[in-house]
Amino acid sequence: MKSVIVESGARFLVALLLVFSVYMLLRGHNLPGGGFIGGLVGAVGFVIQAIACGTESARKALRVDPSNIAMAGLGIALLAGLFAALFGDALFTGQWLFIGATEDSKGLPLSTVLVFDIGVYLVVMGAILTLVFALEEEA
Amino acid sequence: MGSATGEAAAHGAKPANRRGQGLTWVPAALAAAIFAALWPAMPPVAGGEVLRWGAAWVPSLGVNFSVLVDGLSLTFALLISGIGALVMLFAAKYMEGKYHSGRFALYLFLFMLAMLGVVLADNLLTLFVFWELTSITSYLLIGFGHADAKSRRSALQALLVTGMGGLALLAGFILIYTVVGSFDLAVVLASGDVLRESPLYLPILVLVLAGAFTKSAQFPLHFWLPNAMAAPTPVSAYLHSATMVKAGVFLLARLHPALAGTDVWLWSLTLFGGVTAVFASVMALRQTDLKQALAYTTLMALGTLVLFLADGTSSYAITGFMAFLVTHSLYKAALFLVVGTVDHGTGTRDARILGGLARAMPVTAFAAALAGLSMAGLPPFVGFIAKEVLYKGAGELALGTIVTAFALASNALMFAVAGIVCLRPFWGRPRGETPVKPHEGPWQMLAGPVVLSVLGLAFGLMPWLKQQILVSPGVDAVLGRDGEARDLRLWAGVNLALILSLVTFALGIVLYAAHVTLRDGLNRLGTHLPSLDAGWDRFLDGLKALAAWQTRILQSGRLVNYMAVTFVTLLAGLVAALIATGPGPIVLEMPYLLVKEWGIALLVLAGTGVVVSTNSRITALAGLGVVGVGVALIFITYGAPDVAITQLLVEVLVVVLVALAILKLPSLEPETGRRRWFDAALALGIGGAVTAIMLMVLEVPIDRRLSDYFEVTSWPEAFGRNIVNVILVDFRALDTFGEIAVVAVAGIAALALLKTKIAPTKEEDAR
Repeated sequence: MKSVIVESGARFLVALLLVFSVYMLLRGHNLPGGGFIGGLVGAVGFVIQAIACGTESARKALRVDPSNIAMAGLGIALLAGLFAALFGDALFTGQWLFIGATEDSKGLPLSTVLVFDIGVYLVVMGAILTLVFALEEEA
Repeated sequence: MGSATGEAAAHGAKPANRRGQGLTWVPAALAAAIFAALWPAMPPVAGGEVLRWGAAWVPSLGVNFSVLVDGLSLTFALLISGIGALVMLFAAKYMEGKYHSGRFALYLFLFMLAMLGVVLADNLLTLFVFWELTSITSYLLIGFGHADAKSRRSALQALLVTGMGGLALLAGFILIYTVVGSFDLAVVLASGDVLRESPLYLPILVLVLAGAFTKSAQFPLHFWLPNAMAAPTPVSAYLHSATMVKAGVFLLARLHPALAGTDVWLWSLTLFGGVTAVFASVMALRQTDLKQALAYTTLMALGTLVLFLADGTSSYAITGFMAFLVTHSLYKAALFLVVGTVDHGTGTRDARILGGLARAMPVTAFAAALAGLSMAGLPPFVGFIAKEVLYKGAGELALGTIVTAFALASNALMFAVAGIVCLRPFWGRPRGETPVKPHEGPWQMLAGPVVLSVLGLAFGLMPWLKQQILVSPGVDAVLGRDGEARDLRLWAGVNLALILSLVTFALGIVLYAAHVTLRDGLNRLGTHLPSLDAGWDRFLDGLKALAAWQTRILQSGRLVNYMAVTFVTLLAGLVAALIATGPGPIVLEMPYLLVKEWGIALLVLAGTGVVVSTNSRITALAGLGVVGVGVALIFITYGAPDVAITQLLVEVLVVVLVALAILKLPSLEPETGRRRWFDAALALGIGGAVTAIMLMVLEVPIDRRLSDYFEVTSWPEAFGRNIVNVILVDFRALDTFGEIAVVAVAGIAALALLKTKIAPTKEEDAR
């Protein structure tokens, strides 16, 4: 079932959803969002692409096999957790670095917590896309 | 037992894997180094000192990785590392050029470490971990010739029998912990009176004995040990005679101060040990395969050792136990290695063929003769002394007459078997053609038998040496008192023990002379007796049939039935919990709802109506989606945006996923009337029960401790204002990691299922 309208609409939607998913991921620590939700939004983006233009095109847009994305995400999350061991903290203790912090402002906060959340994002997106692509190609 | 000639061929058949060939001497050297490292501990331990060393392992569970070196564990550790070094030296040559010989050496070495862990452990749980490791390495070693179905069966049998015993043992240890409050051996051994008076004493004893008896192959759980002889000879020599099978005996000796001294202990050990000893020595007489004959005499020795642990207080019995333990390890390991050398040199182990090997294999014959004389219990060998002490101990015991009778019968039989295994193959004329022209083994294979059998003679001539370094400290440790060990003497004057020894020799000579006739008679008798080995197969078949039956019932292959089983279980659990705790107060009052809330409720109800009334899967799916959206709206209304967003997204994706799956399925067949009523009742039951529980929960004041904690600490400690997300990625990051691992695995597993094309079975075709 191909439709020109859906296909051209999808292009914009996919781009919007992907940007939105990263936005959700990054703001998650202070406002509703986070890796899980971001991953779901990202997955929805590629699912739309797959439905509108076929899984072939969605796979091409993704460049990497979704199951590899999931595994990479799991590895990133694990590394983020293990990182605490270097500082003698218990595993999965968040490590923070504030760049340019002053008395009033925290500057730019960087943390293993964010890295962990990125891992969650990748796992959720990768696992869902693995399933959706497989189911769709089965049909 | 027809594979007496097959072992060497079975391993040699595959192309040799040469990797690691040059390193096979390493394990032997390491074992020798461990032996040397243990040596300095000897003087202090002989002086009555107990060396302890430890570090916390899992402090929250009271598990310490700790080492206890006292007389008992040091004697065992010296035997394990010393015999281990000789066996590994032997194995390096024996397995040379054979399939995966490097891997074999590794397994053997791993086993040695595990066994050292068992005897040196100072904590019950540490001991258990190593105990299980010996079972696992034993499994790998018995099944080493894994191309042979018999090896695989024997390996699995050994693993399952000792594994079941291991589980029982763990349960026993945990019960001990509940009584004395510690896993530390020092505490456990000091709490003998508390344990014996505890109402849990009987369960503890039964469980610990189950573990020890399976590991040490006591009748009627003995059958795995003779089968385990499917392993290459070094394994039989090391695991299944000198060390691993003694782990059970070791455990009984270790826990002797804590558990011994009751009637149950006395009777169960006496009967199991005695029956095992006599039964095994009769069985040994039956065998024509030298290795099988040795296997059964090992069983006999294990039975005897258990027999002499039965008494709670007698120092003679315990001295006899320690003396026989060391003696047996020395001569039995030597004899197994001798049989291995014979197998290597002639290509067979069949007692009916072998004869007159002394000319071609003089050194082997020499070692066999020394070890055999020790096994027969003749003076001046160490076996004689051990036997004397055993007889003397037997007379002193609470059940002395029974024990003496058991000991006399099994020793006489042992005498005869010693003749069959050590004398007949080497002297007289050849009885048949051997597959290979007999030739002497290389020095690596002869070192073990010669050293061990000469030690047997040396300890016999100098009993005080053995007494000081190996026996007395062990006796003190088993009894938990100092200075109780009786003297080992070569000549103790004319007494009852000496007379019993002479009777043993006379009986033994008669049995040896008549053994060929006896063997045939026993074989005829044996065919009429029920075979425990076959019983094991029936037991496994029964277990498999049970599994198949319950799988057919519970996992019918229809998704609808799986759901029904799941929800019936859930409902039963809920109702049982409600009955057990008693129903709480339920207040039913109509809350005041806003228009939007009415709207959501109507939306959910409408969705539900669509789901239950449609015959189209897609329509039903859409209906479910509506319900899900309704739930998400409820979350938004009550201020949980994170949950609402997640719910909404998941709902969308689920609809897409399921729609993809069901597009290929036919439309729903309407269920038959009865089934539909059943489903409706089940659904209403679940809904009703969950609603009731929710209403009860609402009547309980909410515990806000956790919410308050997260609200207060989220910003200052985790630098985040979104509590939900901070909990997910920081406070409970480990949980989240577990969850995303599940998500990833689920995705991969679904992929694997979808990509696997399963050919339809005949049954499905017919449908």
